[in-house]
Amino acid sequence: MRVVLAEDSVLLREGLVWMLGSAGMEVTAAVGDAEALLRACEENVPDLVVTDVRMPPGHSDEGLRAALVLRRRWAGLPIVVLSQYVEERYATQLLSTETSGIGYLLKDRVADVEQFLDALRRVAAGGTALDPEVVAQLLVRRHSDPLDRLTRREYEVLALIAEGRSNTGIAEALVISEGAVGKHINNIFAKLDLSGADKDHRRVLAVLRFLKI
Amino acid sequence: MSVAEVTTPWDRVRAHWSARSWLRMFHLVAGVPLGVLALSLILGVGAVSVIFVWTLGVPVAGSLLLMWVLPLLTRLQRLRFAAYLGVEIPPLPRRRWEGNIAMRLLRRARSATLWRQVAYHLLSPLISGVGFAGVIATWSGGLVMGAVAVHFWGLGDRWLAALFTLVAGALAVAGPWLAQGVTSLDVIAAEALLGPSISDQLAARVESLRESRAEVIDAADAERRRIERDLHDGAQQRLVSLAMKLGMARATSGDLPQAARDMIAQAHEEAKHALKELRDLVRGLHPAVLSDEGLDAALSGLAARASLPVRLRVEVPERVSPTIEAVAFFVVSEALANVAKHAGASAAEVTVLREGEFLRVVVFDDGRGGADPDAGTGLRGLAQRVGSVDGTLRLDSPQGGPTTISVEMPCA
Repeated sequence: MRVVLAEDSVLLREGLVWMLGSAGMEVTAAVGDAEALLRACEENVPDLVVTDVRMPPGHSDEGLRAALVLRRRWAGLPIVVLSQYVEERYATQLLSTETSGIGYLLKDRVADVEQFLDALRRVAAGGTALDPEVVAQLLVRRHSDPLDRLTRREYEVLALIAEGRSNTGIAEALVISEGAVGKHINNIFAKLDLSGADKDHRRVLAVLRFLKI
Repeated sequence: MSVAEVTTPWDRVRAHWSARSWLRMFHLVAGVPLGVLALSLILGVGAVSVIFVWTLGVPVAGSLLLMWVLPLLTRLQRLRFAAYLGVEIPPLPRRRWEGNIAMRLLRRARSATLWRQVAYHLLSPLISGVGFAGVIATWSGGLVMGAVAVHFWGLGDRWLAALFTLVAGALAVAGPWLAQGVTSLDVIAAEALLGPSISDQLAARVESLRESRAEVIDAADAERRRIERDLHDGAQQRLVSLAMKLGMARATSGDLPQAARDMIAQAHEEAKHALKELRDLVRGLHPAVLSDEGLDAALSGLAARASLPVRLRVEVPERVSPTIEAVAFFVVSEALANVAKHAGASAAEVTVLREGEFLRVVVFDDGRGGADPDAGTGLRGLAQRVGSVDGTLRLDSPQGGPTTISVEMPCA
């Protein structure tokens, strides 16, 4: 898997290159700003882009805007955005086009190596990886809509779907059986009026409904 | 006006006849024609206006003429004080008069500044005239007494000659004293009537204090942002890198002794914990999203991290100044922290609205109430920070709840 990495802190960039390398990924370019990121992708379209949000020259949200440009240029190009803080606003912008092949994680998550690498592989395969903190933020504003009909457990299940977990992953996280997860998911689809659509598509629709985008 | 220190009797005598003394005299002399000119202008125009009051045009033209001429005369008087006495009469504050031309003239005509100037110009010829005449009279008296003394000397009456010589000397010496007394009076009158009034001075002082306070607050805010940026670029990246390396060490530590594995695992957890603490701290300083995306985005993050459900409504169509945004963020952040700590509430509501020239921030919770600003430093700190931008904070928290904190800040 070929990866382009953009991170302005040299220390962290070297560390990430080393980590991805030892996980069998090939880092084709490791750059320090958004401009260089765009150029690197132009030269050699990777299988996955990993980028920091805040980079030179403005130290604001350059990485995020670069990610949006890349998504417009190559629809479906898997991108994982890392940030010191996760913000609902950035997540909404990032997910506004399409939710597949998108990751948005706190930088802290790189400390949990295995989980972080899992998230990268999931996104590269077209899945999503949203930081639990982002998901929590997205929950705040949802009021007086079909989501209110969900039970607490169903809500938790839906939040984990939004994070990009599989049924197995959800069952592990909530310490329940996979069968129970399936039942909850069916209830969710029913309550969100998504019974008609095909199965995978319903999952995406539920997430979209959940994220209100 | 600096006064040379007088030490010996000889210095006293010299000071009495110094150039400064003579300049005081000249000051009075120059005051006479200037004062008479101003007096006759004011009285003349006034008289003509009264006589031809039925034409309406003449009094109006007269008033306009006076309004135009008075500042010129004031400037001449100011020059006189600067040239002869070295006294700078502080300039009047420039004022902008609102409304159309007629309203502006009317307001100017009614202003205290104008009438204080008129008063000085009426008073000045009196002071200068009396002072000048007094000095002349004193010295002429001295000369006459001198002549009388010479006369008595000629007659051979030494006692009377000595007496009149003494009187002549005393009168000659009294001249400068009289001049000094009268000029002091003139300076007092000019400073009181031509300089800014006490309310003008206070207004100017308030204005300069307001400016310097705003600068201090902006500087503190900028400093907070700088610290946030430094921590973000420095310590945070280093700590992330450290946590990542410990994570990798942990993942590959399978063949190490158990004790070493435990130690690495602990170090890894501690590094992650430190990261989270540092993140929360830095976020409290000044969240980057506040600068980038504004209040709405920053507050939704804040509401999400709260330990109780928070309903958030932000209606601020245009961004307000960074300082006001920072204060609003701080208010909500502190208020929600208080709610979580003390209120025992099941839910909270945050509303931020732009109402005309004000930003209104309301934080409501359904907790047990009874919040007391004097009990802790939290609420007082809030009120202080709101007060620093001329905002007001109202707290409504009866025993048993609910509690509402509403803050209004000017943001135009």
